[in-house]
Amino acid sequence: MRLIINKIAVALSTLMAIIGILFLGWILITLVGKGITSLTPYIFTHDLIDNGIRNLIWGQFVLSGLAAVIGIPVGIMAGIYLQEYGGHSRYAEFIRDISDVMMSAPSVVIGTFIYAIIVIPMGHTNGWAGIAALCVMLLPIVVRTTDDMLGLVQVELREAGIAIGASKYHVTVNIILKAASSGIVTGLILAFARIVGETAPLLYTSGSSIYMETDLSQTFPSMTVSIYNLATMPNEKLVSLAWGAALLLTVVVLMLNILGRFMIKRSSN
Amino acid sequence: MEKLFQYLARASASFVLVILLSTVIVLYINARPAIEEFGMHFIVDTRWAVDVPIDQQKSTDTSSIPTSTIDSDTPPPSDIQDIDSEADDEIVTNATSTTDDSEDVPVDIGDEFADMDEDVFVEEEFSTSSEAKTKTIYGGAVPIIGSVFSIIIAMLFSVPVALGIAIFLSEIASEKLAKPTSVAIELLAAIPSIIYGMWALFYFGPLISKYIGGHSVSLLVAGLVLGVMVIPFMAALSRDAINTTPDVLKESAYSMGATKFEVIKDIIFPYAKAGIVGSIIVSFGRGIGETMAVAFVIGGIFNIVDSVTSPTNSIPVVLANNFSESSGMSMSVLYYLALILFMLSFTIIFLAKYFLLRRKA
Repeated sequence: MRLIINKIAVALSTLMAIIGILFLGWILITLVGKGITSLTPYIFTHDLIDNGIRNLIWGQFVLSGLAAVIGIPVGIMAGIYLQEYGGHSRYAEFIRDISDVMMSAPSVVIGTFIYAIIVIPMGHTNGWAGIAALCVMLLPIVVRTTDDMLGLVQVELREAGIAIGASKYHVTVNIILKAASSGIVTGLILAFARIVGETAPLLYTSGSSIYMETDLSQTFPSMTVSIYNLATMPNEKLVSLAWGAALLLTVVVLMLNILGRFMIKRSSN
Repeated sequence: MEKLFQYLARASASFVLVILLSTVIVLYINARPAIEEFGMHFIVDTRWAVDVPIDQQKSTDTSSIPTSTIDSDTPPPSDIQDIDSEADDEIVTNATSTTDDSEDVPVDIGDEFADMDEDVFVEEEFSTSSEAKTKTIYGGAVPIIGSVFSIIIAMLFSVPVALGIAIFLSEIASEKLAKPTSVAIELLAAIPSIIYGMWALFYFGPLISKYIGGHSVSLLVAGLVLGVMVIPFMAALSRDAINTTPDVLKESAYSMGATKFEVIKDIIFPYAKAGIVGSIIVSFGRGIGETMAVAFVIGGIFNIVDSVTSPTNSIPVVLANNFSESSGMSMSVLYYLALILFMLSFTIIFLAKYFLLRRKA
């Protein structure tokens, strides 16, 4: 009887695993099957107004890139403070909790927040608002990663640095950050991968434009928002364009993740 | 340099705090008109953008449940006429007082009325006037119920599957099979949620409606998609929790003749319980704030669900769909919903932290 129950339980668990993997495989297969046919050279050289996605690639890259450029230094500095200066003081622990809360905050709520403080004063959706929203998404992830990674650096390294007379600033920048750099870079790549695929905070902050746009104070093209808009259109051609963009987005996100994992592996060797 | 660096680091850390606080404050300020107007009754009111005569405002008349979204920015025709009539009155008075500018005045007043928020205008100006005693009522019950039910469906579906995957990966599968599978699962957790939404809209929804019935956009489809979306996330987290069980414990149980199921049930689950519960709570938090995967398939209409296969709405989807065309009171109501959602996720993360901390202790 025990053996039968065991067999049933093992079989059930395997079945569940198969169901889960089947679903996930199904998604990937439809995505590739639908997307690959519409990924032609034409769409990479034309804007959305001409049924291409060039401006969307540019827009998504600029939005998430600038968000990373602004958010990462602030996040790293905050992480350094938590680990090197704050330690386990009450304030530092409080900031850690806050940052965890922000990490799990619904992305659409971040969008509403940015809408209230940037879009309403400026009067219309614009690129800066999109960048700010992504930045708020990115910041807690960077803080958390830096904090964790700096925590892994041995105390002896810090003591050695201080023993040869280096100031705390020198120890932090030249020794500890270097020692933790591969872990931090991995975290940054994963954080970037996360915001590249974000849609909800961009819906009414950057909006999405069908034209090529270089002025960040105007409504800015965004790939994810456009996928959302295109996928619900009745036009078959636009829907297949959305699938193409979705495939491209997924490939980029997965590549970034694989790159991040590759770096973990290399640093552990 | 030393001081400057420390100062900068401290400022950056405080910046995180400032952002969170200002998020809460901004949401609250924007939501305040709605909070004052509807109070806590908002949470149980199923009406959305319904104009009711002001006398009936207090009576909770549930027969006036809307069957579909009524565009909140178009006041009922009677109100428009009222605006026009009053506008005409003012034009007349202005025209009589300033004879020189008589041609320009109507244009100016027209602009003024166009600029004014019609929604607020209707409520604040005319609900007090004797001619039109109507008032737009917003209730958050439909999206709140939709959110809660869709996440419950998602959890019913995803918890067994994710735990099955986690057990399979850590206990049943051979090393060779487990490694690539768990990498695949972790990569799937990184796929943008909009992809799940698109897949559901074009493939999963029609399939469900074909075999189970109902519409291809419904509460059931939304819940299941949410479930599929959080599976990789939950599986990866609970696998990590299960892997923390010391091998010594498992081996001693096996040596006493326990079967695999007994080891899982009596050794692994009690040991990794806090971690597994933590992973479920974190996934719950992720699911309840999820917008894009759900926005495609929940239907987005204000309709209290009578069966799982009928379309409804959820808080993030309401925010995503209605935000850009809202203003005044309807905007404030959306901020109220956002605040509720934020508080929900706040509570959930603290629950998760509590469970995860207990595991560490």
